[in-house]
Amino acid sequence: MGDHHKPSGIKRWLLTTNHKDIGSMYLIFSLVMFLIGGVMALVIRAELMFPGLQLVDPNFFNQMTTVHGLVMVFGAVMPAFVGLANWLIPMMIGAPDMALPRMNNWSFWILPFAFTILISSVITSALGGPSAPNFGWTFYAPLSTTYGPASTDFFIFSVHLMGISSIMGAINVIVTIFNLRAPGMTLMKMPLFVWTWLITAYLLIAVMPVLAGAVTMMLTDRHFGTSFFDAAGGGDPVLFQHIFWFFGHPEVYIMILPSFGVVSSILPTFARKPLFGYSSMVYATASIAFLSFVVWAHHMFTVGMPLAGNLFFMYMTMLIAVPTGVKVFNWVATMWKGSMTFEVPMLFSLAFVILFTIGGLSGLMLAITPVDQQYHDTYFVVAHFHYVLVSGAIFGIIAGVYYWLPKWTGVMFNETLAKWHFWSSVITVNILFFPMHFVGLAGMPRRIPDYALQFADFNFLISLGGFGFGLSQLFLVAVVWQACFKRKGKAVTDQVWESAEGLEWTLPSPAPYHSFTTPPLVK
Amino acid sequence: MRRVIHWTHLLVCIVIMGYSGLAWSEMQLDLTPGVTAISQQIYGLHRLMFICCVVIGVLVFGAMFYSMLKHRKSQGHKAAQFHESMTVEIIWTVIPFIILILMAIPATKVLIAMNDTSEAALTVKVVGSQWKWHYEYLDYEGNNTIELGFFSVLSTPREQIETPIRSAGLFPVGLASFSGDRVLPDKSNDYLLEVDKPLVIPTGKKVRLLITADDVIHSWWVPDFGVKKDAVPGFINEVWVKVPLGKEGIYRGQCAELCGKDHGFMPVVVEAKSPQAFDQWLADSRETQRRAAEEAANSVEATFTFDELMSLGEQEYLAKCSACHQANGQGLPPTFPALADAAIAKEASKLGEHINIVRNGKGAMPGFKDTLSPKAFAAIITYERNAWGNDTGQIVQPKDVIQDH
Amino acid sequence: MQSQYLKVRNQSLLVKLVGISGFMFIFAVLVLPPMYEVLCDLTGLNGKVSLKQFDIGARSGDTAERMITVQFVADVDPKADWAFKPKTRSMKVFIGQTHQTSFFVRNPNREAVITQAIPSVSPAQATLYLKKAQCFCFEQQQLAAGEAKEMGLIFYVDPDIPEHLTTITLAYRLYDITDRMKPSIAETGESEHV
Repeated sequence: MGDHHKPSGIKRWLLTTNHKDIGSMYLIFSLVMFLIGGVMALVIRAELMFPGLQLVDPNFFNQMTTVHGLVMVFGAVMPAFVGLANWLIPMMIGAPDMALPRMNNWSFWILPFAFTILISSVITSALGGPSAPNFGWTFYAPLSTTYGPASTDFFIFSVHLMGISSIMGAINVIVTIFNLRAPGMTLMKMPLFVWTWLITAYLLIAVMPVLAGAVTMMLTDRHFGTSFFDAAGGGDPVLFQHIFWFFGHPEVYIMILPSFGVVSSILPTFARKPLFGYSSMVYATASIAFLSFVVWAHHMFTVGMPLAGNLFFMYMTMLIAVPTGVKVFNWVATMWKGSMTFEVPMLFSLAFVILFTIGGLSGLMLAITPVDQQYHDTYFVVAHFHYVLVSGAIFGIIAGVYYWLPKWTGVMFNETLAKWHFWSSVITVNILFFPMHFVGLAGMPRRIPDYALQFADFNFLISLGGFGFGLSQLFLVAVVWQACFKRKGKAVTDQVWESAEGLEWTLPSPAPYHSFTTPPLVK
Repeated sequence: MRRVIHWTHLLVCIVIMGYSGLAWSEMQLDLTPGVTAISQQIYGLHRLMFICCVVIGVLVFGAMFYSMLKHRKSQGHKAAQFHESMTVEIIWTVIPFIILILMAIPATKVLIAMNDTSEAALTVKVVGSQWKWHYEYLDYEGNNTIELGFFSVLSTPREQIETPIRSAGLFPVGLASFSGDRVLPDKSNDYLLEVDKPLVIPTGKKVRLLITADDVIHSWWVPDFGVKKDAVPGFINEVWVKVPLGKEGIYRGQCAELCGKDHGFMPVVVEAKSPQAFDQWLADSRETQRRAAEEAANSVEATFTFDELMSLGEQEYLAKCSACHQANGQGLPPTFPALADAAIAKEASKLGEHINIVRNGKGAMPGFKDTLSPKAFAAIITYERNAWGNDTGQIVQPKDVIQDH
Repeated sequence: MQSQYLKVRNQSLLVKLVGISGFMFIFAVLVLPPMYEVLCDLTGLNGKVSLKQFDIGARSGDTAERMITVQFVADVDPKADWAFKPKTRSMKVFIGQTHQTSFFVRNPNREAVITQAIPSVSPAQATLYLKKAQCFCFEQQQLAAGEAKEMGLIFYVDPDIPEHLTTITLAYRLYDITDRMKPSIAETGESEHV
């Protein structure tokens, strides 16, 4: 009990079990990964700016698309959510810290190793060494098994590490939420961010082991003579896709549900009006999570499933639109007749609602099996999931960071720079991803390093948007640098935003090292 | 506030221009309606879905923007405090559900129509391999002894692909200057969408395609037919195409599933001919194939001069090997090893191994036993052993490269 | 920091959650693949026709008037260069009767090989109705150096096959499993198919 002394220097960070230190490390790690994955995206966009091969050879291009996807999914989005959970869940439910602090330390420190392994294979490859993983982030067999480069084994090891880290993070969240809530904080009083994270955590412990299983089977197929995915030995490559997407589809919701939670916290604050339909939001989130387990094969409408299979997965996928629609309608109803102001977190949240909905609507189009057979594996799909993940998940994370940053640092960030960040991002992200719908419909397949001439003009535009979006993120770096490391800015009050509600705003700004040493009473 | 209006205005303009294609008539922005009954039904569904999504989008975003404009603090709007209503929750659960059912009905109909398994006039086996398609005609109107098969490989020359273009007619110069029949410098019109031998099918008849793969998963896609089907190694999938009479022409598509390095360079080209023209083509092709086989059998015994082999070898090497091993023989190590000054291409003792690798492949390299005639095979080996300063002086003849039975 | 009581509660929840993830891992590796196999056997999901021998005696004589076209397709392992082709590319057969055909194979190389034919049927729906009484795919086929042989197939189309199926394709791909049959590897391989 009481204040023990923090070790100083590097040891403080290596050995820390404090939820805020670990949350900060997760967030910084995620920002670094976001920039690294972004640079890879820019290599892709630079190559695609003009028809013809000019910068990289096709094999390196494939490595870029592969590692860009893996770094963004497992390195940027997921750790950012765990970082937010670490910072916020104890503060939101009135707990002193996370329930399993030492495991918390572990789950973070595994990540840098996992990504060092993965990224070092890219660096070696760029320096003329053997090829890095080059089979897409979905690593379909047999391209990744029989035909995978030697570095595939490092990739498998690194995915195992990422999986262990995520599972530990998820377990910590669940135990914290169940065991450490302040007296009176019933489940149905929890902020939506806590709710969405609780559901996400269950998804994580249910499907990350399935991913681990998939890569383990890859490993035994590669080296120990099994043939899960090899027709020659009686296996089936399509089984890999079933298993991968059984993980992969819930994974998609893992990457969006916490953002739903963030936005559901921000909109009421700046609309000065309580969240509309709290309980329906909780039920909608739970039904999305549940449905996510029975739609996986909509990623596989062209593998030759029988009619009945195609129909089942089409109907189930369409059904997901209902709870997702409920969430969007609830957000609009929250804003309706409010008294809105447009601070930076609010701007990002509004952009989130609009752009995520665009991604959701194209998702509905993709659900229709016959049409999906035309859209499948084209840039239309690329446009769809980038709308959902970049202007959805990542905008949600950024909105959350801007919303809680003053609470974390005790100073208001540079709002001018942050507004620059918002406007440049929101414009460029649309220049980047909106035309992808058109090239996709016109027939440009994804994951190609060169394309037919009719796609040339749009690809040029898309690349301009890409560079713009990439550069815009430097504003974010500048804002975070000033606020976190220079502590530049006006001191803020405990409540920070005029009508922010929730336990975290009752703590002093900056939040003390240990959150609620005596549990608050929630009425 | 002005910025908000500006932004929606821009978005709406892009959508309208994009959909109507008014502004950029030559640039394809929408899904192709295609030429077959199925592709047109798919297009109809796509339109329906698109319109529904736009309407939903306009309603939702309309409400949001109205709220953002009117219900703001700077306008002195006081916040209401309502936060729950069972009625509206039920309404906005039930209405989307009904809309979805209405969308599902036509979608189900099209899906069932695509699943038609009635008798086909022509059956063609399509085999994907890294990075080419093989077509084999199995059965045509009851004749099951056609024995016609060929590879279909990208025919865009490597130099065109490796020539970068940075201006002229492209976007930076302006959309206004853009016209439908422009030709880009250093790129042919069907750049990356052209093959040496297209799949030829008759119009007016149902064609059944059996799709499979040799190595990794590929996907055979022709947008104009509304057909995309994965080629899975060890498993066979089927699709069918019926191009209506009068829609003869050339239809282009691409491999749609990441299949390794040259995934972007394995187009699908289909030529639909009238039934008469198709019958003629089939007869001609079978004759040509028969003669080529005879010639190959003869050439096995023939001997060629060093110069003959070197010039044919260079040509074949540039077409088939240079994508990986590069025109200068330096390769792209370590994945694609150099051949210039390499033991495998220089040491006499390694000749057998050299031939064997070209025949059966090794690691990432596919085997060429099916795609090379004995003459071309011998020419490539001779070329690789004498070009780029390898200068072994060895001459390899067709009879040296065929399997000793 | 934490009371003993809380520690115990945390630990027990932790154990349960680790249990769930452990279970899911086992489920993915040990349950899903066999489950998929069974599902495919029952529904013909992936068009992989059963490798089990079918006892025709039980159904013979149950013939129908309807005819159906059965096509035969032969492919070889891309790494091998054997000649492998069906005796006939297609047959028009009465459903409910047994029929016989064969495939030719020739190994032009100097080494003997062990091969295994893997069947696939299209459309997948027909998988359930195409039964084999005798097939070279039931066991591995040894091919001596330079050996050529004819491999027999006796099959039967179940009279219950839906009306709308008019053409069935039976494809075989002949794989080289010589390496897999090396004793050290054979033990870890999936033996039920080999």
